[in-house]
Amino acid sequence: MRNYENVITAYIIMLLLIICVGLFQSWSIALTILNYCLISAVMTIGANMQWGYAGLINFGIMGYTALGGLAVVLVSVEPVKKAWQAGGLNILLSMWVIIIMVISIRFILKKFNKTKTRSLGILSILIFGIYLIRSTATPGIEAIEAVDPARYGFLGGLGLPVLLSWIVGAFFAAGLALIVGKIALGLRADYLAIATLLIAEIVVSIIKHEEWLARGVKNVIGLKRPAPYEIDLQRSEWFIKIVEKINLGKLNLIQSISDRQDALKQMVIDASSIYVKLCFTGLFLSVVIILLIITQKALYSPWGRKMRAIRDNEEAASAMGKNIVKEHLLIFVLGSAIVGLAGAMMVTNDGLFTPGSYRPMRYTFVIWVMVIVGGTGNNFGAILGGFVVWFLWVEAAPIALFLINIFTAHLPATHGLKVHLIESAPYFRFLLIGIGLLMIMRYRPQGIIPEKIIKQ
Amino acid sequence: MMDILNALTVLINFTVIPALTYGSQLALGAIFVTLIYAVLRFANFATGDMMSFGTMFAVLLTYYFQTTGINFGFLPTALLTIPFAIIAMIIYMLLIDKFVFSYYRIKKSPPVQFAMVSVGVMFVTQAIIRIIIGPSDRRFIDGEKFILKANEFKEITGLNEGITLKSSQAITVILTLIIVSIMFWFLNKTKTGKSMRAYSDNEDLALLSGIDPKKVVMITWIIAGILATIGGVLYGLDKSYRPFVYFNNMLPIFAAAIVGGIGNPFGAFLGGYVIAFAEIFLTYSYKKFIMYVLPEAFAPDTMVQAISTDYKFAVSFSILVIVLLIRPSGIFKGKTI
Repeated sequence: MRNYENVITAYIIMLLLIICVGLFQSWSIALTILNYCLISAVMTIGANMQWGYAGLINFGIMGYTALGGLAVVLVSVEPVKKAWQAGGLNILLSMWVIIIMVISIRFILKKFNKTKTRSLGILSILIFGIYLIRSTATPGIEAIEAVDPARYGFLGGLGLPVLLSWIVGAFFAAGLALIVGKIALGLRADYLAIATLLIAEIVVSIIKHEEWLARGVKNVIGLKRPAPYEIDLQRSEWFIKIVEKINLGKLNLIQSISDRQDALKQMVIDASSIYVKLCFTGLFLSVVIILLIITQKALYSPWGRKMRAIRDNEEAASAMGKNIVKEHLLIFVLGSAIVGLAGAMMVTNDGLFTPGSYRPMRYTFVIWVMVIVGGTGNNFGAILGGFVVWFLWVEAAPIALFLINIFTAHLPATHGLKVHLIESAPYFRFLLIGIGLLMIMRYRPQGIIPEKIIKQ
Repeated sequence: MMDILNALTVLINFTVIPALTYGSQLALGAIFVTLIYAVLRFANFATGDMMSFGTMFAVLLTYYFQTTGINFGFLPTALLTIPFAIIAMIIYMLLIDKFVFSYYRIKKSPPVQFAMVSVGVMFVTQAIIRIIIGPSDRRFIDGEKFILKANEFKEITGLNEGITLKSSQAITVILTLIIVSIMFWFLNKTKTGKSMRAYSDNEDLALLSGIDPKKVVMITWIIAGILATIGGVLYGLDKSYRPFVYFNNMLPIFAAAIVGGIGNPFGAFLGGYVIAFAEIFLTYSYKKFIMYVLPEAFAPDTMVQAISTDYKFAVSFSILVIVLLIRPSGIFKGKTI
């Protein structure tokens, strides 16, 4: 039991911190932070599988997150019929060309030996294929993007329930990871980091600039939700009654009827936003718990032992007959799928898809800091890392502002230094995260909650 | 004949000159990455931000010099500030090395750990830069803007198309060539340079033959500081100074270093140009060029562009992926300097 003590204390402290935000700032902010903490936790579970279980360094988290987000758009948005009529056929045709190209190149690679003619043949297939794709797709893309560009200008999705898109997002990410893994997993650790980072950049730039797919940098707004909308709640009888019941004490203090009505209205508005966020919290929490159970089981199964063996000594594991390439690919795909799921969850939570916001700083490096700070190889640690780092990331600016005000209290309000510091308060988050990471790496390299090996 | 000359002029003006400039900037960064990789043995993810850090000093000093009335004639004032910026940069790098990297070097940590530590340094550097100078876009070039204007060129040669040569472009290419040749001379001919190469080649043997590792590491950081600052200032003079852009530049710089064979400075130098030329040649619209070369009947009605300019960055990354697939050690064999 003693082993779990520090885990439990760490989580309780974290929970208290979030409650503090609720008390001092507002409950709505606290719930937003909590939701994002849970999403970050899912991401760190994925990244921890790759880094903690198998020692694979994946700096491409941004790309998988973006693909997960794309899945939400492609699955849940209603199809835009006009756009399909305008250019759907061309897009489908060029998809076929791509598939035929890939199959024929694979066929050539398998059937013929490596010669100059083979390379030339592949090159000519590529050039001819790209020419064919461009000549079929370009008119279609132009037609699609011309369909009501302010609102649509894209093909839309399938109009299916949004929760389904979470699974699809995981599959999208897994598919990409399969390709990336086949290309890059043989590389040395730091090459792998760079290669995955750059491949993720390619993926994001495709999502950003292919506007027929998901409107690119024009963003998709108003996505479906697995939770009720605030407006609907504010109109429904039962919800108003519940809010009235909870706040009866406060309402009874108000004398005049019109004031009472206004107060109730405000309370209903506040309560509706909290209710919606609580719905999301419940959903995310169940995802985190399910993933935690599965990953814990996996970690302490024979498979998990095998992964650790491969991580700690590749040659020895290989000598014992373990297929390292296959296992690495498997865990790379699984971890990426979880990150894709998190990406879909995040877009669902926001209700909008903004490809322009996918930047390596926020979606790759911060996630990595979470894994390192929390504890590599330990799922509880990784989740805690997600909570702690996200909390700091959000709350760093208010904390910095508070500290700046204390330290510059003796300066007049118009003093140049004070104004400059207050303006740059948002950037203290980078400083905080960076110093935190360096400290942890130096003095507690195994993270807040270190890896625990159970000896059977 | 006139048409072909016109076509060439178009090509030189819109592709060769920008690519040479951009390539030089990338090359300086790539040599910086490669040196750190060869001697200190890790991929430095703080590359872009370190370049930005040096440039920040140059920008601030340029503003200061401008207010005090110091200038450099027709050359940009920023060139005067480079030595001071380099000194600040070197001090910063040596401090970081002392407080952060040296611990892991003595412990002989694996390269992955170094890479993660450099991510921490990246965060801190980025924060310092943004707190000091802010995230906004700054232009700090002054002095004569153009060496050759399109109209002047047209008048001199009588062609329809002109070549514009900005002074920042000329300065970039010339300064890069000077710095790089001094650096190669240093690495290949001097005793310190040779000891650096020996250290990078085989650490234990180098230590046995009496090479002082502390000195080698210090010299490496000093050269790195010079390259980073000059590369950063040149990029800022040519385009503009914005911290976020510098962070993003890390990616094509990495691509250049790996394409050229990481750990090989000459490879990195050429890798910079490979990436720059590929980016610009593949995203350039050849419509005008073809209009001059081919008879009128064949005039194209599309842009004749291999890849849309949106994918400028993606081009260099794809080149990197292809190189990693076909020749993981890079075009020139990598690993040691």
